Amino acid sequence: MDIIVCVKYVPETAEAEIKIDSTGKAIEKTGLVFDINEWDDYALEEAVLLKEKLGGTVTAITIGSEDSDAVLRKCLARGADDAIRLTDPQFEGSDGYAIAKILSKVIKNLPFSLILTGAQASDDGYATVGPILATLLGIPHATMVKKIELDDGVAKVNRELEGGLEEIAEITLPAVLAVQTGINEPRYVSIMGTRKAMKKEIKILGLADVGLSENEVGETGSWIKTEKMYVPPVEKQAEFLNGSPEEIAAKIAEILKTKGLI
Amino acid sequence: MTEIFVLTEHRQGQIRDITFEMLSKGRELAGKTNTELTAVLLGKEVKNHAKTLQDYAKRVLLVEDTQLENFNSDAYQKVLSSLIKEHKPLLTLMGHTSFGVELAPSLAVSLDTPLATDCIDLEFEGETLTVIRQMYGGKVNVKAVLRKAESYIVTVRQATFPVEKEAPMNGEIVEVPSPLSEEIAKKRFVKYVLPPPGGVDITAAEVLIGIGRGIKDGSNIPPVEELAKTLGGALACSRPIVDKGWLPNGCQVGSSGKTVKPKFYLALGISGAFQHVLGMKSSDVIIAVNKDPKAPIFGVADYAVVEDLFKIVPPLKSKIEELKR
Repeated sequence: MDIIVCVKYVPETAEAEIKIDSTGKAIEKTGLVFDINEWDDYALEEAVLLKEKLGGTVTAITIGSEDSDAVLRKCLARGADDAIRLTDPQFEGSDGYAIAKILSKVIKNLPFSLILTGAQASDDGYATVGPILATLLGIPHATMVKKIELDDGVAKVNRELEGGLEEIAEITLPAVLAVQTGINEPRYVSIMGTRKAMKKEIKILGLADVGLSENEVGETGSWIKTEKMYVPPVEKQAEFLNGSPEEIAAKIAEILKTKGLI
Repeated sequence: MTEIFVLTEHRQGQIRDITFEMLSKGRELAGKTNTELTAVLLGKEVKNHAKTLQDYAKRVLLVEDTQLENFNSDAYQKVLSSLIKEHKPLLTLMGHTSFGVELAPSLAVSLDTPLATDCIDLEFEGETLTVIRQMYGGKVNVKAVLRKAESYIVTVRQATFPVEKEAPMNGEIVEVPSPLSEEIAKKRFVKYVLPPPGGVDITAAEVLIGIGRGIKDGSNIPPVEELAKTLGGALACSRPIVDKGWLPNGCQVGSSGKTVKPKFYLALGISGAFQHVLGMKSSDVIIAVNKDPKAPIFGVADYAVVEDLFKIVPPLKSKIEELKR
């Protein structure tokens, strides 16, 4: 079973304070820690688990600058066999559609039975790459996947619906499955594994190698273009409780008391 | 006159709330763009839904087929493609739900129609469609424009557009024969399942302490659990905590978990992604503790504490014990 996993190198922003940069169209990236997109982390783990069970290969692909080699090294250390980085200044400003076009051009020439992606990326949150990629390749897809069982050319998947409900669907392979977080427990890698991965080759391809024109990628090849980024207006203004931790604790306890909860 | 399509989302005999939210927004947009509002309803034996939708749209396009009984993005895509090609709506709205994320991208590719996903607002400025969406877990808003086209597809966030009380539109039901000529073979719906819940019923608790990513590690949970016990409350959490296996499914608050309305909700180390906020914003009193002064959770909290949660938990527990004595 040959599996392709598409990954993205993103800034970790869940617990960081972020600022909008001088262009007004992006955030200030300096000082932020970058890592594999959380959803892709689960997709990578699922790919490796399936390979361990069924044999075959895992190829990790990313689109990004040279910095994103770090995410590919992580994939190799975690059990991917090959890694491809797609890099070109023209790719800048690509939305999910342009990204999926670039990926589809490369993937159509690779052997695969299954493509795994994260259900969405933590930065732009488009949640479109997996299904668009599938459509461009002419194969079926499922998103929000919380469980995968493969049997005789068919993937039986659990899809997460709202309110805790799931649905089971059967998808004929080859297919694209966009994975939801929590599907597995991503493993930690030993230092040995990381060292070994440093020696592996990363294949690098640009716009010309991919076989797309300038107009098909970047902002011009995208459906959607950022005009302006701004801090969301707050729904209601919270009252800030200040002081030492002890003073704050006392204030919280007081609020509980007034509410009759103590 | 062209139309605005709203795709009806229904499951197990129920029209989902997102449909009415979209119809409300759709009505406003149709007014502004001088277009007509059309509810598109695909299903099997769903005439009762069509009747309900008459109040909310100028027209209800109804396609019935046994293959449309349960949601299947392949089947939906084929039917919608055919309807969109025929009617050429200015805009097709669907929910950014497990249903919409599965369907919208492939529909957009197959029709070569620009798509914007997870939008919290949208507006036509002349022929240009401008949308507002969020990035970085709700920490920033983005105003974006779509490539100019004759038709657009937009998925919208749940619980974002209020359902306005308006005069019934008494729309006309138009039955359209199903264009599905062959079996949808590569994708099949099997059944609905409920994952095992586990844990206590957090919806019944008067006091809830919700923990998020800021808890760092599962081993840091017991002291917070102690605090919850001291308060006679229960422990809840945001998605990452369940994903990591630190708390059972049943503790998750948010769009893919439970909706809670306790008298008191203490959010510890929760940044406040929209999905979580949706499940707890109706709590009576919300106190949020987060190190990031700009964390979105502060936008729904009554009281905000910019501090490390680990510095607040121990003194808070002693303070409460003191008051109980």
